[in-house]
Amino acid sequence: MTGPEKLEFRDVARGRALQERLRELITRAGRSVTLMHVCGSHEQAFARYGLRARFPQGLRVQMGPGCPVCVTDAPEIDAAVALAERGYRILTYGDMLRVPGTQTSLLDARAAGARVDVIYAATQAAEIARDSREPVVFFATGFETTAVATAAVLLNRPPQNLYVLSAHKWVPAAMEVVAESPDSQIEGYLAAGHAATITGYGLFEPFVERYRRPVVVAGFEPLDILAALVLLVEQVLAGKADVVNAFPRAVTKDGNQRALTALFRVFETDAGEWRGIARVPRGNLRLQKAFAGHDASLRFSGELSAPKVPRADALECCCGGIMTGRLTPRDCRLFGSKCRPDTPVGACMVSSEGACRIWHEHGEHEVRA
Amino acid sequence: MTRGTEDTGPRVRLAHGAGGPAMRALIESVFLEGVTDPAARALGDAAVLPLGDRILVIATDAHVVMPPFFPGGDIGRLSVAGVVNDLAMAGCCDVLCLTSSVIVEEGFPIESLQRIHRSMQTACAEAHTRIVSGDTKVMQKGEVDGIVLSTSGVGFTDRVVRDSGLLAGDVIIASGTIGDHGLAVLSARHALGLEGDLRSDVAPLNGLVRVVLDSAGAKLHAMKDPTRGGVTSALVEMASKAGVSIVVDEAALPLSAPARAAAELLGIDPLGVANEGKALMGVEASAVPAVLAALRSHPLGKHAACIARVKEGEPGAVWLDTGFGTRRLVERDDLPLPRIC
Repeated sequence: MTGPEKLEFRDVARGRALQERLRELITRAGRSVTLMHVCGSHEQAFARYGLRARFPQGLRVQMGPGCPVCVTDAPEIDAAVALAERGYRILTYGDMLRVPGTQTSLLDARAAGARVDVIYAATQAAEIARDSREPVVFFATGFETTAVATAAVLLNRPPQNLYVLSAHKWVPAAMEVVAESPDSQIEGYLAAGHAATITGYGLFEPFVERYRRPVVVAGFEPLDILAALVLLVEQVLAGKADVVNAFPRAVTKDGNQRALTALFRVFETDAGEWRGIARVPRGNLRLQKAFAGHDASLRFSGELSAPKVPRADALECCCGGIMTGRLTPRDCRLFGSKCRPDTPVGACMVSSEGACRIWHEHGEHEVRA
Repeated sequence: MTRGTEDTGPRVRLAHGAGGPAMRALIESVFLEGVTDPAARALGDAAVLPLGDRILVIATDAHVVMPPFFPGGDIGRLSVAGVVNDLAMAGCCDVLCLTSSVIVEEGFPIESLQRIHRSMQTACAEAHTRIVSGDTKVMQKGEVDGIVLSTSGVGFTDRVVRDSGLLAGDVIIASGTIGDHGLAVLSARHALGLEGDLRSDVAPLNGLVRVVLDSAGAKLHAMKDPTRGGVTSALVEMASKAGVSIVVDEAALPLSAPARAAAELLGIDPLGVANEGKALMGVEASAVPAVLAALRSHPLGKHAACIARVKEGEPGAVWLDTGFGTRRLVERDDLPLPRIC
């Protein structure tokens, strides 16, 4: 009647066949298998389609540190809040507004009169700066997928008054953090297809060799995910550890070289604290010296905030355990009570890519297996 | 600080206007404080008052939509449809008259005001009603953003329909495609440049409801328009009030192609997006063919479809069967869509 033809990636009959295959594999093996994905968009798909409701008993898929907003450290938020409170105009993606800093969020700053605007694309930051005579600070967040967009803006004759406060993160570092955690029970990883369109799946080969855990690159449609899970479980049960590209319609071995070139012309990796997890070597993307003229952390270095005392309830937050796959949102006693999307305690409840927020929004904690 | 307010204590947040749990908490803690009148405490979109041997239905609705002109309508049409639909959902299809207040910002183009007035008149003609009284206030530039319209309406009915009457075994029918209004406004507001015919569905529904009432009679058990908070909020409220659960079949949801595309692209759940010209009707299973036929015979009901079944147990739970699994539909306070209506 109205819609386009059914997407072939949402063919329910094929979905049932893959679900049946998973059931068969797990039943025949007679043991449980725990896997991890490292992407908010994957968690959204799990929750959006209620996939876990039809998993066989014994198959667990945990979300790892796949939410760039969630791993943005409180002092990074504090810096943006400090600039906002000093009267600078701040532009950022919607998710960043509610993320609590050590004491306050950008939303709190805005409620108190600061000028904080949500943008949907990095190019809007340049447009707004062009129409303005004052300094405009783009608080830029996200993994390499969005960092490339920031890079493109800075490479395309940005207005002089545009300053980037980078909280961009480099996702390949995330899986290493988990794999190195001594109590990790993760037997295989579902890698994020969209990030891999940029980095290429070849990037995961050293990881697989080093940690002897299989990696399957997956897309985001329910059939993409189910097919990738079958490939992962087959490898785990056969004791294999290879990189498999289950998203070949978008991902190549070498990735998007043009985007990678742009990314690393503008940014360089740097060690940084990821909220609730650890200090991650190569985890942050900071602006190269050539772009110092647009680097808000240099231009306003004297005006970023001093360290603050954390909120008491932040200490109860389980974000760290959730982002390393040791806990689920259901295990946190703040979840759904004190910590809700409109009164978040931890970043995982703020970002649309955070496990807690996704579970809360999609009723995932209510799922009947 | 805001003039006339104390500078301490909790403040009103945008979530308080999102139509979800936070808004109900605000109403409970502020507007129902000390109120014992059951007509007000029923918290219906319209109040139902026995008046001699007749039943008076009265409703009021304020509109702050941004931008005031959007594909498929404008704030004027919205203000008429909003209040007419509040009355119609209670079973009142004969809308006696409306009143309208306009609060407008200094500098607002008179030509725009004329356009808004004309579309109010058009919507009134469609709903077979009229505006009989009004009020105009002008605020200094910056004291109000553009224009705010507040409309009230009144009418009589012989038969009251409530949003709390669902029974296990009922089928829920959507009167047409869902999500169009919210997605059209969002797209217009942010100049997203989405191509295609993404248009608000804003329309007075009293004519359509009359057709359904005539065909279903007492087999229409419950009715609600899925405005702020969308189909999800409406179904959760219907299920909670009736003490039943609901299972929605995602494959059966009527979505226009542009709305489906926009929702996919923006990552917005069309079930959580406002509609301004749709009704959800809980109908006894035996009456479904007749109601569907009646709806589809009306220009506003061409895409009517059965979308859900009502079940016993788990009061207030609304489940979505996606075909790949099942998830619970939950209301949200944090919709990124303020000023949608």
